[in-house]
Amino acid sequence: MAKIERLRDRSGAEVSPAARQPAVEVAGLNLVFQTADTPVTALSDINLTVNKGDFVSLIGPSGCGKTTLLRVIADLERATGGSIQVNGVSPEQARLARAYGYVFQAAALYPWRSVLRNVTLPLEIMGLSKKEQLERAARVIELVELTGFERKFPWQLSGGMQQRVSIARALSFDPDLLLMDEPFGALDEIIRDRLNEQLLQLWERTGKTVIFVTHSIPEAVFLSSRIVVMSPRPGRIVDIVESDLPRDRNFEIREDARFAEIAHRVRLGLRAGHGDVDE
Amino acid sequence: MNSLAQRLRDGHALPVLAIVAVLIAVWYLGAIWLNSQRIIDLYEADEDMKGKWTTSDLIRDTLSMNRPVLPAPDQVVMELDRSVLEVAPTSNRSLLYHAWVTLSAALVGFGLGALLGIALAVAIVHVKTLERALMPWVIASQTIPILAIAPMIIVVLGSIGFVGLMPKAFISAYLCFFPVTIGMVKGLTSPEPLQLDLIRTYSANEGQIFRKLRWPASFAFLFPSLKIAVALAVVGAIVGELPTGAAAGLGARLLAGSYYGQTVQIWSALVLASLVAGLSVAAVGWAERITMRRMGGRA
Repeated sequence: MAKIERLRDRSGAEVSPAARQPAVEVAGLNLVFQTADTPVTALSDINLTVNKGDFVSLIGPSGCGKTTLLRVIADLERATGGSIQVNGVSPEQARLARAYGYVFQAAALYPWRSVLRNVTLPLEIMGLSKKEQLERAARVIELVELTGFERKFPWQLSGGMQQRVSIARALSFDPDLLLMDEPFGALDEIIRDRLNEQLLQLWERTGKTVIFVTHSIPEAVFLSSRIVVMSPRPGRIVDIVESDLPRDRNFEIREDARFAEIAHRVRLGLRAGHGDVDE
Repeated sequence: MNSLAQRLRDGHALPVLAIVAVLIAVWYLGAIWLNSQRIIDLYEADEDMKGKWTTSDLIRDTLSMNRPVLPAPDQVVMELDRSVLEVAPTSNRSLLYHAWVTLSAALVGFGLGALLGIALAVAIVHVKTLERALMPWVIASQTIPILAIAPMIIVVLGSIGFVGLMPKAFISAYLCFFPVTIGMVKGLTSPEPLQLDLIRTYSANEGQIFRKLRWPASFAFLFPSLKIAVALAVVGAIVGELPTGAAAGLGARLLAGSYYGQTVQIWSALVLASLVAGLSVAAVGWAERITMRRMGGRA
């Protein structure tokens, strides 16, 4: 995993907890969609600070606004109230500065581009030299273990490989912030575990900030340093669970009593949000 | 031989050949039926033949008339052989020469029409108000019968010095920009919201979104439109040759044939025109296959 070490050198300084600064600050955020009949409140009074180097999961049932919140951070939706800052500037300025890499629920590869050219797409748009494009692409393709598949087209790859290409694409320009919207939701359990482990290693060694949307409790607990529990109608935060599991963790931690405790608290939060259990 | 039999059984060849055989049989029957009245009239007017002619006489004579109502396929083939293979292609008695006159105008018109069609689609997709401003005109342009407007185009262009190939090319372009515009508007707006969101996260500008996303995504729609357009371009060039009494071109041959009742000549020009159009469509299809393979197509 020498290539991961290389990525760590560049941003390694930020890993130190003492130097923590907010990567994303959300205060009193609201988002109301105007639909044909009635306005729909997608997000209501969201308050959240994500520090640099955090791995924050947004968890909740469908319609709780977790994806919408991620899209607001990415400037793909505009909030209708409250304030939000990404790296100390507005989401739009952050997007224009290419502050984050976004991994969508579907791989969203361009079918007419090979694996290599899908990965270099953001680099082409940024106007990097051909040589640097190829170097960076080779590095991230190796990182997601797809070396040798550069010339393949998306339809020739399995779903898991496609999603790894999309992760390589998001990593190719080395953003400090990764926004991931249920990236492994469509994959089978075995591949999902494996990619979770790889993602965790990447996070641990590069010190990137990750905001990760999921509806799987074990996934959220395994990956995160903080778990934001959300609830629908209107989309709101019902609990924020701090995890004191070590950053350097592996699958054995799932057997740990502390893991079960955190998972339990997340589950309680989800139930409370649904209103079907009195806590 | 085994593989040939196998290819006939498994491929498209057998059904295609069967249809062709049926069409040719129908053609022969039609020729006998349509020409028989005139032959019978001739028999009845002839003292020697009157009442003595047989069915085989009738069939033989209906299929070898000089100016039949409907010429037999072999007559058309013989005429094509005479006017294509036995004359130098540069001679104005060669049907190939006339086909080239028409095809060259059609190709120039196809190029102009395709460019115009793409340009209009790009404008319509990028400027919202243009969709309302331009689309009614684009559609209205195709409701005017081309036969009605072709003479005007030729006269107007002739008066400002455009003669020969260009007026015909303009008529071709007039016909073939339409399917290209419609197809390209659909193609340029075909990227999914997800693909657009993705490129937005890289803060790509409009030009980059066009080059990296909309343009390549439109190719699946561009080529089918181009196939329709190139066939229309051949029609347009032929129509452009009709009203002016052009001296050369397949349209001129059609017109000359009908003046002098030379139905065999008309039909051979028709057959060659459809061959020219078919080959043009096939050429676009070939370009499509090559392009799509480069763009990772499964075919």
